[in-house]
Amino acid sequence: MSTVQLFVPRDAAALAAGADEVAEALQAACAQRGVTLNLTRNGSRGLLWLEPLVEVVTPHGRIAYGPVQPEDVPALLDDAHLLTGGFMPEGDVSPSPRPSPTRGEGAMHSKPLSPCGRGVGERGQHTSDDMTVVAHPLRHGVTEQMPYLVMQERLTFRRIGVTDPLSLADYEAHDGWAGLRKALTLTSAELLHEVTHSGLRGRGGAAFPAGIKWKTVAHAHAAQKYVVCNADEGDSGTFADRMVMEGDPFMLIEGMAIAALAVGATQGFIYIRSEYPHALAVMNEAIERASAAGFLGENVLGSGRTFHLHTRKAAGAYVCGEETAMLESLEGKRGIVRAKPPLPALSGLFGQPTVINNVLTLAAVPFILARGAQAYRDYGVGRSHGTLPFQLAGNIKHGGLVEKAFGLSLRELIYGFGGGTRSGRPVKAVQVGGPLGAYVPESLWDVPLDYEAYAAHGAVLGHGGIVVHDDTANLAELARYAFEFCAAESCGKCTPCRIGSTRGVEVMQRIERTAPAGAAPNAAQHAQQLTLLRDLCDTMQHGSLCAMGGMTPYPVLSALNHYPQDFGVAAAPSPQPSPTRGEGAQTQRT
Amino acid sequence: MPEAPLLADLIVHHRATPGALLPLLHAVQDAFGHIPSEAVPAIAEALNLSRAEVHGVITYYHHFRQWPAGRHVVQVCQAESCQACGSRALTAAAERIFGCALGQTRADGAVTLEAVYCLGLCAQSPAVQVDERLHARVSEAKLARIAQQLGVQEVAA
Repeated sequence: MSTVQLFVPRDAAALAAGADEVAEALQAACAQRGVTLNLTRNGSRGLLWLEPLVEVVTPHGRIAYGPVQPEDVPALLDDAHLLTGGFMPEGDVSPSPRPSPTRGEGAMHSKPLSPCGRGVGERGQHTSDDMTVVAHPLRHGVTEQMPYLVMQERLTFRRIGVTDPLSLADYEAHDGWAGLRKALTLTSAELLHEVTHSGLRGRGGAAFPAGIKWKTVAHAHAAQKYVVCNADEGDSGTFADRMVMEGDPFMLIEGMAIAALAVGATQGFIYIRSEYPHALAVMNEAIERASAAGFLGENVLGSGRTFHLHTRKAAGAYVCGEETAMLESLEGKRGIVRAKPPLPALSGLFGQPTVINNVLTLAAVPFILARGAQAYRDYGVGRSHGTLPFQLAGNIKHGGLVEKAFGLSLRELIYGFGGGTRSGRPVKAVQVGGPLGAYVPESLWDVPLDYEAYAAHGAVLGHGGIVVHDDTANLAELARYAFEFCAAESCGKCTPCRIGSTRGVEVMQRIERTAPAGAAPNAAQHAQQLTLLRDLCDTMQHGSLCAMGGMTPYPVLSALNHYPQDFGVAAAPSPQPSPTRGEGAQTQRT
Repeated sequence: MPEAPLLADLIVHHRATPGALLPLLHAVQDAFGHIPSEAVPAIAEALNLSRAEVHGVITYYHHFRQWPAGRHVVQVCQAESCQACGSRALTAAAERIFGCALGQTRADGAVTLEAVYCLGLCAQSPAVQVDERLHARVSEAKLARIAQQLGVQEVAA
């Protein structure tokens, strides 16, 4: 048999599901059978409930099997003929594969049109060239035809899961460096125009137009400028940054190099969470390889332009996702928020003009340059242009990465892609946009996902993280947790956040203690504490220095307004005004 | 301090880095397992900082330890996504299985049990990290198996 090309992801989500053990089992089993194996450790396709997802290259395309466990390997090789992708010459099919125990996941794929179903026309069918397909519960057909992927609009994630993350040749062969090469032919003004015209806004949460930020830095006069990537993705329900860094690190490097050209920066930093050791290791290796190949360093692609890029390991402080706290941390200090102004664009890292963007923002830039601003701008709705990599998480059946243009609805994501809850119980609340995002009730699940539409309902898209809770969730408990988290992670610089969060925990404890309302001796006290809770949220929202204290009221008030019964409020109250984006919300995480 | 030459090497290696304190503290913790209090004066002097400033940074960040951890470090994610999939019950189970309260090191030094806020495995909650190895969709039974593989004996309640 000739060499067989297999893919087993090296993404942390796949490793956590046992990808290394599966790779070892495949290698051992193939060696035993005398098969020469070419095993590539790719990034993850983002169908995370199917990890580890093993793919085999066939003349019909890459065929997906998952979730594969080491003990599945012998049967997959011998009965399901994984090494040929299950394709067998007609009449040469070995006895039908023994029925695998239904492991839940495999059996889910009965509806061919569900985004999670099999490729249409795959199972047990005859192909045009007299081949038969050996079905298996873990076989999902041609990966690219799986509805979960077909229904996406992948611009940033188009290579992730497809290529070897650290192969420069692979990157180049898949459109890599085209954006940087184009950028080197443009002036700074032309580059700024491209990024501005694309409509790209910061994907970290604040949604500030990237082009305007870059322009401010470009026009500042200074001997030294910096580009800083904020990869301190600490929001629960988000993992897109990690997937980019582990699955396509050269794309981030390319985006940062283009930003450096646009603004005249010669130094860059990527500030990466300490909780992401795999991402840090991949980025370090990628920077080394890109530098050795001339894409970074003194003379980028022979252009005479300089850009040096370094990683910096964070140390587990959530508030360092806020851009000014991150700058303090990069300077070697406690990560405490700075008062603005001055803007980091004018006085940022070491007091110099600095572009600060999040991973997804910078990762979108190579596409914009390579395919043109208009190509990106054409995706989306209203003033939300392009795509957002949504991350389906929490209690959800088909959790994973869904990159779509702005404008689809939460309902499409939760049910269309996500398949509802993993527990099988009804969805009760969905937190959108991280720990500082609002809990969105069913009445708002059809609102289009775009920045302005969500802001109008007192919610935020944030980083595109979506955490689903079933009907066993207690929203009062989650509101108390929001305060607990803020108390644990507040940098302590401003009083509303530092003290308000601790007082918030206490108020929530009293509310939970005095609920349910109607317990006569407590009713007055209960009502008083609810009033106090709203006052406290108002103070934090409008008086905090940054989004940490300024947005903690979002989860708290949305929980209280939409799920009053969990707070011991028997009758539904008249709708309370949702929090609007006040001053406090102006300095969100980048 | 017996490791003084190693500390001196780390200082020499990092002192010229802009914003050197965090990289240096990471290097020290990677080398010693924690940041020994005896290392603080040397770090402060090398970076022209006060000892209070160095202490302030060490204590500000959750990642840095002032004391050695147990032989195994078990981190259970407490964030919303894992909560939605039963992390509170799993945390209670972890305390029982490892015989150790969250945030504590067991008396025999076998295990340190810690809270962590997001490991980036939110689509496969609840998540646990054991000695830098990630585990997704962790059940109580799976956690007990992990304890067994680590050779961590249960302690009598």
